[in-house]
Amino acid sequence: MPPDQSSRNFDVSRLREQHRLMWRIRALEQAALRGLAEKVVLGAIHPSIGQEAVAAGVVGNLRRDDILLSTHRGHGHTLAKGADSEAMLRELLGRVGGTCGGKGGSMHIADFQVGMLGANGVVGANIVIAAGAAHAIKLRREDRVVCCIFGDGAINRGPFLEGLNWAAVFGLPVLFVCEDNGFAATTRTASMTAGAGPATRARAFGIVAEEVDGNDILAVDAAVQGLLAQVRGGGGPRFLHASTYRLTGHTGADAAPYRPAEEVAARRLEEPIGRAAELLRGAGVDAAALAADQAAAEAEIAAAYEAAFAAPYPEAAEAFRDVQDVGSPLQGAF
Amino acid sequence: MARMTYLAAARAALAEEMRRDPLVWAVGEDLGRGGVFGQYAGLVEEFGPERISDAPISEAAILGASVGAALMGTRPVVEMRFSDFALCAVDELVNQAAKARFMFGGQGRVPLVVREPIGMWRSSAAQHSQSLEAWYAHIPGLVVACPATPADNKGLLKSAIRCDDPVVYMEHKNLWPLEGEVPEGEHLVPFGVARRVRAGGDVTIVSWSQQVHVCAEAAEALAGEGIGVDLIDLRTLWPWDRVMVLESAARTGRLLVCHEAVAVAGFGAEIAATVAEHTSAKVRRLGAPRAPVGYAPPVEDAVRVGAAAVAATARSMMGR
Ligand SMILES: Cc1ncc(C[n+]2csc(CCOP(=O)(O)OP(=O)(O)O)c2C)c(N)n1
Repeated sequence: MPPDQSSRNFDVSRLREQHRLMWRIRALEQAALRGLAEKVVLGAIHPSIGQEAVAAGVVGNLRRDDILLSTHRGHGHTLAKGADSEAMLRELLGRVGGTCGGKGGSMHIADFQVGMLGANGVVGANIVIAAGAAHAIKLRREDRVVCCIFGDGAINRGPFLEGLNWAAVFGLPVLFVCEDNGFAATTRTASMTAGAGPATRARAFGIVAEEVDGNDILAVDAAVQGLLAQVRGGGGPRFLHASTYRLTGHTGADAAPYRPAEEVAARRLEEPIGRAAELLRGAGVDAAALAADQAAAEAEIAAAYEAAFAAPYPEAAEAFRDVQDVGSPLQGAF
Repeated sequence: MARMTYLAAARAALAEEMRRDPLVWAVGEDLGRGGVFGQYAGLVEEFGPERISDAPISEAAILGASVGAALMGTRPVVEMRFSDFALCAVDELVNQAAKARFMFGGQGRVPLVVREPIGMWRSSAAQHSQSLEAWYAHIPGLVVACPATPADNKGLLKSAIRCDDPVVYMEHKNLWPLEGEVPEGEHLVPFGVARRVRAGGDVTIVSWSQQVHVCAEAAEALAGEGIGVDLIDLRTLWPWDRVMVLESAARTGRLLVCHEAVAVAGFGAEIAATVAEHTSAKVRRLGAPRAPVGYAPPVEDAVRVGAAAVAATARSMMGR
């Protein structure tokens, strides 16, 4: 059980905003899963249900002109960065008006207008890209920062080592966030990961790293505020290890039979939206107001889903647009 | 015109582009000391260590960071040292650089140039000698350039740096000291426009990179025997100049494609197939046997496609 919350000080209206955002994320992913069941969402969906405090607590602290790089499990991050829920659902349904025009889908969701430079279908690949985005910011003497979120499985890939070393050597403005949900697909990450974990690895590069309960939105929020201030102050990269738990399977198609139901049930009691609601109730927010947050989120997403569903697929000619300028298939250069 | 080497021509191209556009920067191992072949000599003195940037031995990060930096509007020139080492960054090139624009629905561009020196070079053996241009010609989203002359190494590199697509830029290590006339200043060679090295009416020979010079030697010998070679230096593999190649092959009725890379699944097969589909020309191709490159000279030479082999193949196509 989570620790006693009654003695904590916090900004009620800020937490209320985060509560709303977490509900919007959850509602969007529940809609995506329904779409998957109805075979309307076509490709793989990697839900972050149960992990919303990382999206809300980390990404909620970024400015619009800050840059975000995410993973295959990136719906929450993208929505938190300010992407439009209808454009996101259009993308998940592969429709015109999707953030990527229906050409990327869930695993490549991106919205450059809000600084969301892409989810990535290759585990760990975003880490070096994020370092490079921060490198460009430094070269251009801009004051924005980059945030790169990846899973616990990604720390066993080479780009983790190469990207962290790069960011440290060049003193780049990037916040790395390891969103640790305990699993890499069907494998318990701990069973395949040597050493004391992600933060210890980061510290080996001289990068200041913190560890936080990723289901505790207040703790995530506070840690990220502190780390981001250091990054913005020119201190170079910082690292956050946020521990959470994936309540669904790896994908929408994964029933996750590899873990006991009791484990999931126990972890469900610690899921972040309920914990935020408890804090808010303790601060005097009434149950009706909290229910209204959920209802508003669900209404927004239901309307967005309906509009996305009504939108057409892109025309087939989109297959040949935005491949390249030189030697483009549009020039008949097949 | 100035007389300069293939290496110096590329260095001049980079310096000119960096003077023209402050968003151009170069990154790779050892660049601050001029790079492993000296292609960057003197540049850090002019442009400073941020724009001529050293890098850790992290090929995935060098290329991956350049993808991020390119998406953010800068124009990185990425040095991979040897095309063999660029294999440590294939995800970053093939899954990231080549696809970002398309999969994000045109929201971003990846205007980077990745320099990947190729080819056999003084007993460099199996891991420092490969010609892997066909790998990248296969990937939608990429441009592939293989300059053969100093002038082209200037004009193509300048075009590559100005291109909004990711360009795989393959210089041949053996050509670094080759001297030639190079136009000064604004000299841009467009992609997809081949160069006719010599005109002839009997056999079309298509090649690129260092192999062009081998074919030129063969063509000279063949001329002495009364066989006229129409020798085409393709310059870029994607896009490639189908117009010039098809016109020539249709006219001569004989096409020989010749490259240093392994013949099996090499880019010569693509050209041969295209010519076979569109003309009635007789088609042959010549490339290396499907074996790694060895160290000892006789072993290395055994996989080299020499001028004698090129001439012999052309003669046999002529029925001689
Ligand atoms: C390089 C690479 N290897 C394997 C995969 C297949 N894959 C997709 S997600 C995943 C698990 C990733 O685990 P983690 O990084 O912890 O992120 P999570 O899925 O838990 O959010 C795997 C193995 C992949 N996409 N990319």
